[in-house]
Amino acid sequence: MIRVIRRLGGMLLTLVIASFVIFSAMYAAPGDPMTFLIGSTEDVTPERIAAVRAQYHLDEPLLGQYWHWASGVLAGDFGESFKYHQPVSMILASRTPVTLALVAYAAVLLCIFGIGLGIIAAVRRRRAADTVIVGGTTLAGSIPEFVLGIALVAVFAVQLQWFPVAGAGSGGLERLHALTLPAITLSLASLATISRVTRQAMVEQFDSEHVEAARATGLRERYIVRDHVLRGAWGPIITMFALVTASMIAGTVAVETVFGISGIGSLLVEAINTHDFPLVQAVMLFMVVAYMLVTTIVDVALPFLDPRIAEQAVSS
Amino acid sequence: MTVLLAPRPRTRKKRGGSWGFRIAAGFLVLVAAASAVGPAVAPYALDEIDFAAIWSGPSAAHLLGTDQLGRDLFSRLLIGAGETLVGAVILLVLATVLGVAVGVLAAWRGGWLDAVLARITDVMFAFPGLLFVVLVIAVFGKGKWTAVVALSLAYAPVIAKYTRSLALSEIARPYIDAYRAQGLGGLTICLRGVIPNLLPALVGYLVVLFGGVLMSLATLSYLGFGAQPPSSEWGLMVQEGQPGIVQGHFLPTLVPGAAIAMVVVAVNIVGVRIADRLQARG
Repeated sequence: MIRVIRRLGGMLLTLVIASFVIFSAMYAAPGDPMTFLIGSTEDVTPERIAAVRAQYHLDEPLLGQYWHWASGVLAGDFGESFKYHQPVSMILASRTPVTLALVAYAAVLLCIFGIGLGIIAAVRRRRAADTVIVGGTTLAGSIPEFVLGIALVAVFAVQLQWFPVAGAGSGGLERLHALTLPAITLSLASLATISRVTRQAMVEQFDSEHVEAARATGLRERYIVRDHVLRGAWGPIITMFALVTASMIAGTVAVETVFGISGIGSLLVEAINTHDFPLVQAVMLFMVVAYMLVTTIVDVALPFLDPRIAEQAVSS
Repeated sequence: MTVLLAPRPRTRKKRGGSWGFRIAAGFLVLVAAASAVGPAVAPYALDEIDFAAIWSGPSAAHLLGTDQLGRDLFSRLLIGAGETLVGAVILLVLATVLGVAVGVLAAWRGGWLDAVLARITDVMFAFPGLLFVVLVIAVFGKGKWTAVVALSLAYAPVIAKYTRSLALSEIARPYIDAYRAQGLGGLTICLRGVIPNLLPALVGYLVVLFGGVLMSLATLSYLGFGAQPPSSEWGLMVQEGQPGIVQGHFLPTLVPGAAIAMVVVAVNIVGVRIADRLQARG
């Protein structure tokens, strides 16, 4: 229990510091923060100056400004977008579902193919299938996501016309169909990591005594793999799966840009291009919080799923 | 900033160097040569626009065809090689100098300094993927050098963390006490004793890291945050050529894309081999 509280405390502290970094970044910009926040010099109107001043409480000291901003964020108020003249929270709410659907789709693919390939590689370790899987996934991981995505579009969307070239469809099956290529792109980059960890964790189990004992009792190999090897190997697999899935949230920045999907990843790129700093802050914070939440939850929950980890944590 | 470095598979083959390694190394030498002489031997200039030859296919005049402005793809690829690679090398050097300095300092001094540096690293790691770099770019504006410096800041903690773990065990060795007994200062011991002894393990790690560095920098230019037109940095070339694929003009975007991917694959193959060699020797 103490471990859980300490872990959550550590996460909160890191979150506070990270949010402070995101907020105070505008002070790192050369010149007055006012000129930075206003952006392009063409539309400097008294209303705009007043709006920026009110939104950021620029007359107060830095910590006071941060306090205003952070307490607003906690209440769901990220300020108003300079570009869209709408509350940032509304824009975020309309853009998030697509991104979450994309990440979830990619996570399912990663779970099936990443862990699946890892299992095959472990079962057929040091044989041809193993070499092909390790080599193939490593190769896939060496191709930048944007290159992979464009290549997939060229072949499957333009040549074969199996999928739309851009966009995310309008819901239901159509959306699932449209998100297929983006989800493949997003998951392929992490395939090597997850399948390698699966393979490694399982190979260690294969060499352990309890598997030897199971084999000696004459159990069939598939039962040994399912009930003894895989069961013992879940810990590292789940940890890595969560970490990789959490990183995918940031990976959507490139993938959504390639496929022209209007989620929060492409929103971040747009916001930077249009110099819309409240929007940049909000998307940034959202991604950091999502990433930290996922990794922390897994870290906290794992000992409950796997008592051996709890023992290790106590003894260390 | 999170960089996932899974343990590489144990596939140690013959010591002489497999065919994969030879091909990869040969390819990298070729690319390095191309980037050195590229601007001199390219048949066309970087921004030589020819509206009569927009999106023309490969021909004798244009080996790889032309892009949406009728610029020669082969020339742009050759000239862009230098910009793509040199940027990544400078980035890695910056990150290494900073990371090694911080890592060794943290290991040497320990105490509050180590704790503060660990906290900073923690916060950096709270930003997944390229997010920290994107924040820096949002503040300081787009551009090749902003991207290079921002990425080196993002990679420095990764290198610092690795260096610190190596340096801790190095500092515990008896020769350090011997140096101390001779009255040498901390800086001298670190520069002459600790860092040279870390180098073998560090170099292997850095070459493996270089593949990721190349990918990150190319991704930033693809997003429009790095090199700006009319540059022919490869990531930017991919972005500029992308609208053409809808009309079936694949080469302007796929050729630079494939070039990036091939260089990264080659660097990874060579890197793993170098890391294995240095580890086996050390």
